[in-house]
Amino acid sequence: MYRYDEFDHAFVAARVEQFKDQVERRLSGELTEDQFKPLRLMNGVYLQLHAYMLRVAVPYGTLSGRQMRKLGHIARTYDRGYGHFTTRQNIQYNWPALADIPKILDELAEVEMHAMQTSGNCIRNVTADHFSGVAADEVADPRPFAEILRQWSSLHPEFSYLPRKFKIAVTGAEHDRAAIQTHDIGLHLKKNEAGELGFAVYVGGGQGRTPMVAKKIRDFLPAEDLLSYTTAIVRVYNLHGRRDNKYKARIKILVHETGVEELTRQIEAEWQALKESDLKLPQGDIDAIMTYFRPPVLPERPEGWGALAAAKKADAGFAAWVDQNVTPHKNPDYGVVTISLKPIGGIPGDASAEQMELVADIAEKYSQDEIRVSHEQNLVLPHVALADLHAVYELLLADGLATANAGLITDIIACPGLDYCALANARSIPVAQRISERFGAAERQAEIGELKIKISGCINACGHHHVGHIGILGVEKKGEELYQITLGGSADEITTVGEITGRGFSSEEVVDAIEKIVDTYLGLRTSKEENFLAAYRRVGAAPFKEALYGPVSRAA
Amino acid sequence: MTIKVLTANRLTDGEVVWYGADGQWRETIEGVSIARDQEAAAELEAAGKAAMGANLVVDANLIDVEDRGGELYPLRLRERIRISGPTIDFEPRRKPAASAA
Ligand code: HEM
Ligand code: SF4
Repeated sequence: MYRYDEFDHAFVAARVEQFKDQVERRLSGELTEDQFKPLRLMNGVYLQLHAYMLRVAVPYGTLSGRQMRKLGHIARTYDRGYGHFTTRQNIQYNWPALADIPKILDELAEVEMHAMQTSGNCIRNVTADHFSGVAADEVADPRPFAEILRQWSSLHPEFSYLPRKFKIAVTGAEHDRAAIQTHDIGLHLKKNEAGELGFAVYVGGGQGRTPMVAKKIRDFLPAEDLLSYTTAIVRVYNLHGRRDNKYKARIKILVHETGVEELTRQIEAEWQALKESDLKLPQGDIDAIMTYFRPPVLPERPEGWGALAAAKKADAGFAAWVDQNVTPHKNPDYGVVTISLKPIGGIPGDASAEQMELVADIAEKYSQDEIRVSHEQNLVLPHVALADLHAVYELLLADGLATANAGLITDIIACPGLDYCALANARSIPVAQRISERFGAAERQAEIGELKIKISGCINACGHHHVGHIGILGVEKKGEELYQITLGGSADEITTVGEITGRGFSSEEVVDAIEKIVDTYLGLRTSKEENFLAAYRRVGAAPFKEALYGPVSRAA
Repeated sequence: MTIKVLTANRLTDGEVVWYGADGQWRETIEGVSIARDQEAAAELEAAGKAAMGANLVVDANLIDVEDRGGELYPLRLRERIRISGPTIDFEPRRKPAASAA
């Protein structure tokens, strides 16, 4: 794992000191809220409905046991005993007192963590495939490049006051688990015919009120040009992005209004001036960062094959969990474990302090001291020997962490919504809970197969509803919560924005509506192999609309 | 007009507070200062501005409420949730729950 060097330690410590002073001046009244707000936002501090909220970065989703234990400690000491893992591989604390936040940041710095650039109009925490470095289908680990981007973008003087927030995601596999095409810049790490590393570069993806799929502007950018090219993109955006209108300020609008060709031309022109500058990455520097991410030396554990088969035979619950939540590791003696933070009827992404500590212990003992946070609001143990799976399962089971639903209908993404968020129009979490309960039976979920439901409590789309196979968006109408449904969205290598079905549903109606959609799918799929998204792409919206609203033409 | 009350978040910890008839900020809506006409609403608004200026609270707003037989009922769900707290059972289970899958 990456370890802070002296520079990292110094700048994080300096930043904590600076913010401590700013908080003191705010509390003493020396700073007004108008003066303080941009400062607190640069340090991940929001104001929600009931309290402040602190958002802590988990760069490229990678944590050690010690770091996770610290997150649990903070939840218990300064919050109400839990935290919320988000779609941006961050963790949010919902109840910190402002006066305590500098202490929390001190504690985070002890374990090489911070909350910088988790909000505000800067380059945000860079996210990565949560299976980076371990997935059997990966070409190369993208995290060294995410780390290079983190170092380059941290406190970047030119890019600290962009027109709007700026999000970068990286993946190193053909199958995109990092939703790169929904980001301002998406990077797909791959190899050319000569075996050299480089990136396909996507620009201008985004969700929010104007969802857009990113456009590919380069098929292969040599790795050494990563920073010069990224700088060129952000520089063009910084110059021409719409600062006049907050709703048009993201790079996606610039791409849309300028046109991909023209914008690419501007970026390439800017790049020509930077290409041979000191932004060019020497191979030695890339190698130095890569050594931090060298895969751990995994002892051979061939006994796991037999042990796993026997344990699955003996324990049906375990077998179901392995089939659903364990995916192939590069090393065939090992598996990648998804720890679902979606217990049936639970709150998506929430974990208690005890659960965080348990996961830390398990990671230290059984997963080479590594944990990942996924953008699907789950946790991942990346290196578990097949021989240890049963022991890990038993530990997780004892603390409610062994729900066998990764990728299924109850593995729902939901934003905090009106239960916490000051911008919300409607609640998200209770809708997720009710859907989870409705479809919670193991056989039913298995029958339905892969289906991603994503829920946002307002058009900002923090819950990714635009790219849910089924998306749910909460709006407010005449003082009541109303839920719009979209179908056919997806955030993988074929990213699409879902289509709105029609009029929205009340809170009482929405779960029934989802059930009608699911039943319609079950009735029309060609076989169990045709998942919801594939079926939707084949038949289109019509059968689903008819199920929801009745025959269309009749009225005319 | 609908009646109005003044609410905000306390500066130090973000706690939801209401402006009391006694001129103090309180943690419950009981005993709030109620504005039944334009003039009283303007006074409350001024009190909110003053409290923000004095750095006691942030985000002070007048909200619409109904008097339902002596109980104050905010018209927006948002404000009702600010009174009740999250509508979900949000604090972690103390005892481990069995996996439901
Ligand atoms: C206090 C709570 C939050 C506030 C105030 C907030 C605010 C916002 C706003 C204003 C946008 C729209 C940005 C734009 O369109 O330019 C946005 C987008 C987004 N937020 Fe949040 N958010 C909150 C919580 C969360 C949480 C909990 C998550 C993760 C679960 C999250 C992840 C995202 C994502 C993925 C987007 C879409 C990015 C895009 O527009 O391309 N946010 N948020
Ligand atoms: S989508 Fe809206 S309601 Fe949900 S967290 Fe984002 S801003 Fe809040």
